Amino acid sequence: MNTKQHPASADAPAAAPSDRQSDTMPAAAEPLLRVKDLVVEFPTRAGTLRALDKISFDIAPGEVLGVVGESGAGKSLTGAAIIGLLEPPGRIAGGEIVLEGQRIDNLDHEAMRHIRGRRIGAIFQDPLTSLNPLYSIGRQLIETIRTHLPMSEKAARARAIELLQDTGIPAAEQRIDHYPHQFSGGMRQRVVIALALAAEPKLIVADEPTTALDVSIQAQIIALLKKVCKDRGAAVMLITHDMGVIAETCDRVAVMYAGRIAEIGPVHEVINHPAHPYSAGLMAAIPDITIDRENLHQIDGAMPRLNAIPPGCAFNPRCEHSMDRCGRERPELLAAGPTRAACWLHAVDAAT
Amino acid sequence: MALVQANDLAMSFDVSPPWLNRVIERTPRLLLHAVDGVSFEIEKGKTLALVGESGCGKSTVARLLVGLYEPTRGSFQFDGANAHATYQSAAGLQLRRRIQMIFQDPYASLNPRWVVEDIIGEPLTEHGLITDKTALRTRVEELLESVGLAAQDRVKYPHQFSGGQRQRISIARALATQPEFLVCDEPTSALDVSVQAQVLNIMKDLQRRLGLTYLFISHNLAVVRHVSDQVGVMYLGRLVELANKQELFANPRHPYTRMLLDAIPKMHDTGRARTPVQGEVPNPLSPPTGCAFHPRCPHANNRCHDERPKMQMIAGVRIACHAVEENRI
Repeated sequence: MNTKQHPASADAPAAAPSDRQSDTMPAAAEPLLRVKDLVVEFPTRAGTLRALDKISFDIAPGEVLGVVGESGAGKSLTGAAIIGLLEPPGRIAGGEIVLEGQRIDNLDHEAMRHIRGRRIGAIFQDPLTSLNPLYSIGRQLIETIRTHLPMSEKAARARAIELLQDTGIPAAEQRIDHYPHQFSGGMRQRVVIALALAAEPKLIVADEPTTALDVSIQAQIIALLKKVCKDRGAAVMLITHDMGVIAETCDRVAVMYAGRIAEIGPVHEVINHPAHPYSAGLMAAIPDITIDRENLHQIDGAMPRLNAIPPGCAFNPRCEHSMDRCGRERPELLAAGPTRAACWLHAVDAAT
Repeated sequence: MALVQANDLAMSFDVSPPWLNRVIERTPRLLLHAVDGVSFEIEKGKTLALVGESGCGKSTVARLLVGLYEPTRGSFQFDGANAHATYQSAAGLQLRRRIQMIFQDPYASLNPRWVVEDIIGEPLTEHGLITDKTALRTRVEELLESVGLAAQDRVKYPHQFSGGQRQRISIARALATQPEFLVCDEPTSALDVSVQAQVLNIMKDLQRRLGLTYLFISHNLAVVRHVSDQVGVMYLGRLVELANKQELFANPRHPYTRMLLDAIPKMHDTGRARTPVQGEVPNPLSPPTGCAFHPRCPHANNRCHDERPKMQMIAGVRIACHAVEENRI
């Protein structure tokens, strides 16, 4: 089954370059990753908490998809579910995750180990905790390369040095034998990116890769991530709460709220003409470096807790445009111009 | 006369190895100059924002002003009197009533085992402002309402609130003693954007109503633009540029300020390629000679390498840069 899919996925990067203007994915191209109706639940003594509630999205080959939302919206959980690193007792309770035509959400631990690193790379927020402090970075890189690719120690080392050079680490031949504590925060994150790219994965899940870094370093890391992924044709799922980073890096963006996708679409559309009231409120709440404003727009209230998600649309108690229907029926993602928003305002019969 | 006046404030921390190591290994004492000669004024009712990257000494300045640290050099004049001399004297309590602080992490700065009423009421009883129990309760309810919480919330514990609500509780606590000057150390950095907007709006509203003076510390220039009147940019323990908000954002002069402004991803021009800055913040234990920014500065010359630039007034802006002084940029 997997072999059948290969020609399609090999052609796809050429057919669908990460073009900022291509608003929707070309219908013909097979998505690299398809997430359909994904449900993640946490069984607790007080009942089952539904942390992700029927999430669906696709990532095209070579595309950069941003995922934004406030803490607790389920962004990181979505990433963890895709790379198969959900913390127990969290579990996938429904839906499917399909990578290059192969279903990966039901694989066992051992099978997933071969996919993680080889076909999906991961970058986490804190570079210090994602590196082993007791091993030199060279040893960690070589181990990763040799786990996934048939290479001799020597060839793997050469490749590791090459990766470090590509990620902008000066004097890579010497630095390869250094330990994580000998690197600064920005350099460490470069090592982590090199590690994620080690086996040439098709998809990189980057969970808040710049949040722990200073602004001047952030810009370097974002530029690097963009460049190395583009060079290798890897798609990126970039999870962050920083809209600025999203605006600069992504092709499309998904806005999450209370474990659901509120809106998904091309990044400049979602930022400049948000279709969902929540994304509109979120965009207006961000202080803009270029505009003076007396008061910021604020969305009153807070995101509901998982055990108290309101019926219907999860945003309806805080929404200015809330209607009867919003409290009763949950909206699916509906076409709203160039984007898709889970909001009844965009229902075809909304005129009433 | 400005309400708040910092003159050449400096703070060094002794980070030497233990005595025995120093004797055996013959290593000298090691001083970390966290803040190295910072001067600024804040007029009553205004906001000065300090920005800079981690380790530049912004939080140390905050802690110096509220008296958590004793400066190693320089002085802090509050309302015309030397504050650190006052902190030592019997009048110290009175001064502490007038200067309060809001901390960054609303999860760590509230006692989890106290109810909100005790948290907000503590400064009032500690300063002996209110002794009567019912009066205290009324005042706490008033304070809760002034930050947009409900009066009934006083019986709850901190864990029953969200991050934004907790930060409002710490604002209410800071306001309890009716201070004139609030030192806010990254008050919204731990909050989500929509909640950050709520807290910033409350802070601005309180400033208008009560005529508060703020020192606002942040690494987020967009937030700084929103709240401040004046902005000071810090790098490795020193101020490099101090200007009015409009001036600083319209016409940044110091190369570091320009770099910081350029490093921020802009929301509305998507996909714009920026030139990322090279290099990283140097180790504060062995700062570069001359201008601390020269290894990363595109305009550095020999003078920048050898001679430390002094803060001086150039075209209405206080700035420490040889290149600006010599009209090279």
